[in-house]
Order: sequence, then structure tokens, then C-alpha cells
Amino acid sequence: MDKKVKLMQGNEACVEGAIAAGMRFFAGYPITPSTEIAEISAQKLPRVGGKFIQMEDEIASMAAIIGASLTGLKSMTATSGPGFSLKQENIGYASIAEVPCVIVNVQRGGPSTGLPTSPAQGDVMQARWGTHGDHPIIALTPSSVRETFDLTIRSFNLSEKYRVPVILLLDEVIAHMREKIEIPNEDDIEIINREKPENDIGEYRPYETKGERLVPPMASYGEGYRFHVTGLIHDETGFPSNSPIVAEKLIKRLIDKIEVNKEDIISFEEYNLDDAEIAIVAFGSTARSAKSAIDMARDMGIKAGLFRPITIWPIADEEIDELSKKVKTIIVVEMNLGQYVYEVERIAGKNCNVIGFGRANGELITPDEILDKIKEV
Amino acid sequence: MVSGLIEKYFRYNRLPHIWCPGCGHGIILRSIVKAIDELGYNKDEICVVSGIGCSSRAPGYLDFNTLHTTHGRALAFATGIKMANPNLKVIVITGDGDCAAIGGNHLIHAARRNIDITTIVFNNNIYGMTGGQYSPTTPKGEKGTTAPYGNIDKNFDLCELAKAAGATYVGRATAYHAKLITELVKSGIQNKGFSFIETVSVCPTYYGRKNKKGDAVNMMKFLKDNAINIKAAKSSDAERLNGKFLIGEFYKSIEPEYTDEYNKIINIFQKER
Repeated sequence: MDKKVKLMQGNEACVEGAIAAGMRFFAGYPITPSTEIAEISAQKLPRVGGKFIQMEDEIASMAAIIGASLTGLKSMTATSGPGFSLKQENIGYASIAEVPCVIVNVQRGGPSTGLPTSPAQGDVMQARWGTHGDHPIIALTPSSVRETFDLTIRSFNLSEKYRVPVILLLDEVIAHMREKIEIPNEDDIEIINREKPENDIGEYRPYETKGERLVPPMASYGEGYRFHVTGLIHDETGFPSNSPIVAEKLIKRLIDKIEVNKEDIISFEEYNLDDAEIAIVAFGSTARSAKSAIDMARDMGIKAGLFRPITIWPIADEEIDELSKKVKTIIVVEMNLGQYVYEVERIAGKNCNVIGFGRANGELITPDEILDKIKEV
Repeated sequence: MVSGLIEKYFRYNRLPHIWCPGCGHGIILRSIVKAIDELGYNKDEICVVSGIGCSSRAPGYLDFNTLHTTHGRALAFATGIKMANPNLKVIVITGDGDCAAIGGNHLIHAARRNIDITTIVFNNNIYGMTGGQYSPTTPKGEKGTTAPYGNIDKNFDLCELAKAAGATYVGRATAYHAKLITELVKSGIQNKGFSFIETVSVCPTYYGRKNKKGDAVNMMKFLKDNAINIKAAKSSDAERLNGKFLIGEFYKSIEPEYTDEYNKIINIFQKER
């Protein structure tokens, strides 16, 4: 089969990636600037035997994808700031009940209704800590249309592999920007499916893990296992418990299953960092401006480079620590008034100077502005 | 010796249940299980979903596919389950606060879609698990811990609400009328569409005590003396109906079911291939 070359926007690439990854259920609610993801899912899913539903609200959409995932379908929802806030309740449910699902958040200006049609990166912390309690989460953020395709697939793969909700953080620019992308052949795409139990019926304990693998195999409703799922603290049988010992064991495993697998989960891009004295940390559309600024700086003889987190949660702490030992200054550029910079400062602050450069007025940060900041340093 | 129903359908090692002495929920749950037994379904094809509250603990005791979700959201989770596998018989067990307050939006939209889910509300007119706050079905003037001077909210008629929203099977029974619960649940599960069954329960611990309704026996007697079957009501004069409430099968109609309609869309493209 020939490779397919297409011109498409980020939101469309997201749906293409999701279907390639095996998405067969989408539940959503209209919201700018993510609506195209719902529209295109509605159009494409029945063609591959999948299902789409427009729910009555954002909370219900999140609930429906959890229900569908527990019944065996790879599931996704998409939203933007105000809707992302509403989904947090059931994102927490997916975390504790370990239900694989993908939540796309096309970031727009906030808080509240904010700037519906303008880009932002103000949900970095909400992606990590939006739902209450200590919980595992993975968040990925692409910088191009092609990468949106790839990372949507990766979001599904990670969610299936670790039984965790994965948040794909786009921003309005990446979502609506059109680029030429080459869609890879089906055979060249790695697909990971959740591990299924091999127990006899009656011997399946839905939250029992084996050996060093901290992720329990997952049955689906209707397969004969007749298991129980709850958002309460539960033991290996899936039934609720008030025991501090059970609570400690569960929460620790939920956190550890991400923590010990960080090497597999974390991805990033390094650009011109080998001899850099100034490192920019930037992600999403902002990283594109940063790259241009770095090229301009290099032309002027300034040794600047880019560290671009692709997995933004969990944070690439070891890599940022290493980076901070090599450079004099790290500038964190983000379309908010300072969120990721605090994390970078926590890791790198002891070794080098860490500066934040951000904005939250709905306008992109331009290469010239980043260059000025580099020169200032 | 335990009853055959408990042995066959309950997760025996999860008992005893958390419900207070005198609570009506146990009678209702048994009546539901009896309906499932009489229909002869395989346990693997039943999925019971609940939200949060006293009633919502029920699925944990049942040996089916079971899901205990977030407050009010049971129907939204159930919608995803039913869409993903339309062969499952999906039953939602919910309470008056869970289904009509925080979950009210999900209720009317699930009913509107006529998705094949049977919703059974355990209506005890109060938030029991949090200690007796007034709910959307607490009658006007009655007391709760958050209505110390009497509730000024008008209460919902849940069956009228469900019917108006599009449910294609609607009925009401009480914890006293256990056989009627079984009948309604059987018809509700067999209805290919959204079925809504209100079961009036009793909460002697909070609602009863706050409102001086007497003990559990008195509260059950109230249900016996004040519920009139809709069939009997038709031939009764106004005086006899005064202050009474109706039970029985209120409404049924045959309308296109949601997952069937969606499958028709999928089939268009399967034919194309």
C-alpha cells in the first residue's frame, strides 16, 4: 500500500491517530476549539464499526467512555478548558479504577470561559492535579500535526499498557493548524492492547498483580468474569475497604506503576543542546517559536538549544537535572503565567539559573520575543 | 438456611449489607433479583450500575457484572456500557438524590434517547448516607437536617418526570408491595427501551425519625394504607383517592431504541464493504 499524504489540521490528525490506535468509542460534548474531534469521530467511527455519542454534558462524556472501556472498547473524549474542569471528577474515577481511556484537551485561554478561540497552555497543572487526591496520570503534548497523529496512538498505547487515563494536551494552534502529513502504513504502527486475564472464571481477582508487573490484567464486562468496579478504595478483589493498609497499598501501587516505568513513558526532543549555554524548555506550539528563536540566536553566535518535553507528565526529571548541570541558564517558555517553570525550577534550580517567560493573553509567543529574552540573558 | 435467591445471585461473602435495621432497600433488592431469576437470564449478561448513596451499594452484593460509579453519573456510565455491548441487560440502581438531583440531567437525557437501560430508583425521600438532608423527593413541609424548619422546595414526581422525558416504560411500587416490584422490573427489563421504575422505600433512621413517622413497621403500614394501584384508582371516587399515591404500571409504549438506531448507521457502511 502506498503511503497516504494528506493536508489536515491537528484535530483531524488526532481522530486519524485514534482510529489507527483502535479507538471504537467516542463520547463528547461540543466545545471550541476541540469540536472538530467530535465531528470527525461522528463521521468516521461508524464506518469502522465503532460508536459515537454526543452526551448531555462533559461529565457524562467522561463517564460514558469509562463505561465503554470497561466493556472492552478503546475509548476517547475531547474537550477544552471549561469542559476539562468538568471531566476531572471522572478522570479521578478512571485513575483509581484503572480504566484505560484518552482525554484530549485542546487548551484555550482561561480561566472560566476565557478566550474560547485563542491558544493557551494554561492547563499544564490541571492536567497533573486537576482531580482530587493523589493519583497517577500521563500527559503528552505534540508540536505538530504529524506528531498529534503519533501521540494520539501513543496515548492509547500507554493507557492500555498502564491502565491509566492519558491526557493529550493540544493547544488551539496545533489543533487548527493545517500541515501536510504522511500517514504511516497500518503495519508500521505499533499497537498495544490491555493485558487480558488468563484465570479461570471464579479465580479472577480484578486488581491482583503478578510479580514486578504493577498493572493488573483487565477483563471486560460480559466476558463471564462478573467482577466489581468502584471508585472507593478497594482491595485486590475490587470490593471496598476502609483499611489504611489496603488504602496505602493501592495508592502506592497506582503511583508506582507510573514512577517505575518512567523510562518507558517519558519522551522528549533535544535540539542543539550539545554545546548549549542557554536551554529553552518549551512544548506544544510554543516549542516551534522557540526553535526559530534558537536558530536566530545561533546565527548570532549565541549557544542556545531546546529541550522539548513530549511527555509533560510525569516530568523528565532526570534529563532536566542532567541538562541543568551543563547549561548556565534555562528559560521555560509557556503560554501561561508560570506553571511548568516551577517544576523545572524544583529540579534544576540548584544547578543553574531558571527563568520563566510566559503570557496568557491569547496571543502566541513569537520567535523574536524569545530571542529578545535569550539576548537579555 | 439462606434463601435460594441469595445463594444463586448474591455475593454471599459480601453480606451482611450496610443498610440500617428497618430500611426498605433489602426488600426492593430481593424483589429485583427475583425478577431476574424469573426471566431466566444468565448472570453473565446482566450488568448492574449504580451511583452514590445507600441504594447504590446494592450492586456490590450482587453476582453480576457490577459498577459502582460517581454521584449521579450511573446512567452516563451505563450508556457507555450499553453502547459498547448492546447484548448486555443493563440495570441502573439509584436513589432519589443520586438520580433526581445531581444526576437529573443524565436521567432526562437517557430517557429521551430511549436507550435500553432499566433504571430502578430506591426512593426513601432523603439523603440517607450523609445523614438525613432533604432531597428532591422530600415532600414540601417535611424536615431534614438541612431543612430544620421544614422543606420549602416542591418535590418531584419522578414517574411523571421520566415519562415526560421520553421513558417508554414507567411504573411505581413500594417496599410493601414487593410482588409488584418484581412484576414491574420484569416488564421493564423486557421493554426494549428506557424503563423507569420508582420503588418507594422507607428510611426509619433519618426520614422517619426527623418527621416523627414512627418505626419501620409504622412506615411500612403507611405505604400499605396510602398506595392505590392505578387500576383500582380508575374506579375509585375522589374522596377515596384524597391524600393517596398511585402505584402500578403507569405507561408503556413501543418506540425505536437507541443502540438499534445506531447499529442501523453502522450497517449502512458494512453493506458498502
